[in-house]
Amino acid sequence: MARETNPRLQKIKHLLQYVSLSIVILAVWQTLYHLGYIKPIILPPPSKIALTFWELLNSGAMAKHVGISVLRVLEGFGIAAVLGLSLGIAIGLSRTFDRLTDLIIQVIKPIPPIAWIPLAILWFGIGEKSKVYIIFLGAFFPIIINTIDGIRQTDHKFVEVARILEVPRFKFVRQVVIPGAFPAIMTGIRVGLMVAWMCVVAAELIAAGSGIGYLIMDARQLSQSDVVLVGMITIGIIGKLMDSLIKRLEKRLIGWKVSYVGD
Amino acid sequence: MELVFSNIAKSFKRGAKDRVVALDDISFSVAEGELVCLLGPSGCGKSTLLKMAAGFEFPDTGSVTADGKPVCKPHPDRGMVFQDYALFPWLTVEENIAFGPEMNGTDRREIRERIRRFITLVGLTGFEKAHPHQLSGGMKQRVGIARMLAMSPKVLLMDEPFGALDAFTRMEMQEELTNLWQAAPFTTVFVTHDVEEAVYLADRIAVMTSRPGKLKTIVPVPLSRPRVRTDHDFVQIRNHVLKQYERTQPSAAEYSI
Ligand SMILES: Nc1ncnc2c1ncn2[C@@H]1O[C@H](COP(=O)(O)OP(=O)(O)OP(=O)(O)O)[C@@H](O)[C@H]1O
Ligand SMILES: [Mg+2]
Repeated sequence: MARETNPRLQKIKHLLQYVSLSIVILAVWQTLYHLGYIKPIILPPPSKIALTFWELLNSGAMAKHVGISVLRVLEGFGIAAVLGLSLGIAIGLSRTFDRLTDLIIQVIKPIPPIAWIPLAILWFGIGEKSKVYIIFLGAFFPIIINTIDGIRQTDHKFVEVARILEVPRFKFVRQVVIPGAFPAIMTGIRVGLMVAWMCVVAAELIAAGSGIGYLIMDARQLSQSDVVLVGMITIGIIGKLMDSLIKRLEKRLIGWKVSYVGD
Repeated sequence: MELVFSNIAKSFKRGAKDRVVALDDISFSVAEGELVCLLGPSGCGKSTLLKMAAGFEFPDTGSVTADGKPVCKPHPDRGMVFQDYALFPWLTVEENIAFGPEMNGTDRREIRERIRRFITLVGLTGFEKAHPHQLSGGMKQRVGIARMLAMSPKVLLMDEPFGALDAFTRMEMQEELTNLWQAAPFTTVFVTHDVEEAVYLADRIAVMTSRPGKLKTIVPVPLSRPRVRTDHDFVQIRNHVLKQYERTQPSAAEYSI
């Protein structure tokens, strides 16, 4: 018998597969609450979380917190992207520059951004700058490391072709090395943005009066576990949206790279 | 352009002090407009010789000259076609072909004209805007050839260009290469380990043996083109070439101690 190939049906089926596990988990969670297995103060049920979410949305508080957090992340990420890309390209192209910087990069990279908070406050005060700095640190390393890797992986055959065609060095870099490194650079950008967003809570540990991280920390002190969860889930959803956006961009920019998508 | 290889020797480092002799005293020449196949088993140094002609590798002793001048670096005059195509995957077919001419500052109109001419020549009309990942192996290699031809090279160096293709596509490509070459006979060195391919294409076949890489003999192929693989003369020459290898196999006696 022929397989069902109606594209509309396929799409609906895939969408159902996509959301089904989440729905099942939410349903089980809600049921356990109704059966009295979960204390709402420890873990509020989905219905309560949804209600709190709705209230925060209606009061405009949510938009304010999300807006300020996204702004901070974009600032930190933007600086990280500019510096990470330019330094990454320079290091990728020059062995000397690589030897000069490698030790410093390798040692600073494993230090979690949260450990920088004391110094960040000393250097930049408790205003916006120190928060942006923490986020910058999170995004910088994935971007620079992936950029260097991408440039180093330039296919040797391309080098030979370029030499035969007498491509001048700067054109070789701009038209062969960088396009070749582009998939790796995009990966760096994607991971960098993700880490930057994940750093938002750490950054807003620094005397923040707003932002999604502040919302969570503030609610913790008031033991509002529903607000904590709303904050967490919001971070998750926005992170997912950012990732989808970049993935889409990636697909448009590097459609020439065909990759394995699974069965 | 005439290529002359004289008394080429080359060894490579293997490990700390060990060296492998890759090429041992090889001399032959390729006349202007001639198509010579380098035929030999894996590891006999065919690619190394070709890279010397391109200007990527240099002999320890001996020399490679192009029209009397020693080859010291790569040049668009000596185009190279790779087994794995080495196309830029982010460029379309026409951008890949235009890449070289753009780099040396050819003017826009001339570039457009060349794209059109070479796309037609290699039979890729309709695929101008396709990316390499959308093409079959044979089509990719057509782009690889067109890209080099667009630089109007005097020599075309081809390193097992059809090695990754299936038998039918390979025969088709051999036929088309013959047509291209007959229309404008550029000096060609074609590396292969396929005896039939060598007999089909070559004016002369440089028969090489390995360990160390030596030139055993040069077999002329005085057949008119297009050649027919099943013709008596074709089969005779093929057998003759194959015999060169039979005699170079280590004899049974060498194994029995
Ligand atoms: N850069 C290198 N460093 C060390 N050894 C090398 C290098 N290039 C080639 N060789 C050695 O030289 C010999 C000849 O290599 P070459 O690639 O020219 O052979 P080939 O005839 O092209 O083989 P194939 O048909 O497998 O492509 C081999 O033994 C190889 O291991
Ligand atoms: Mg080879």
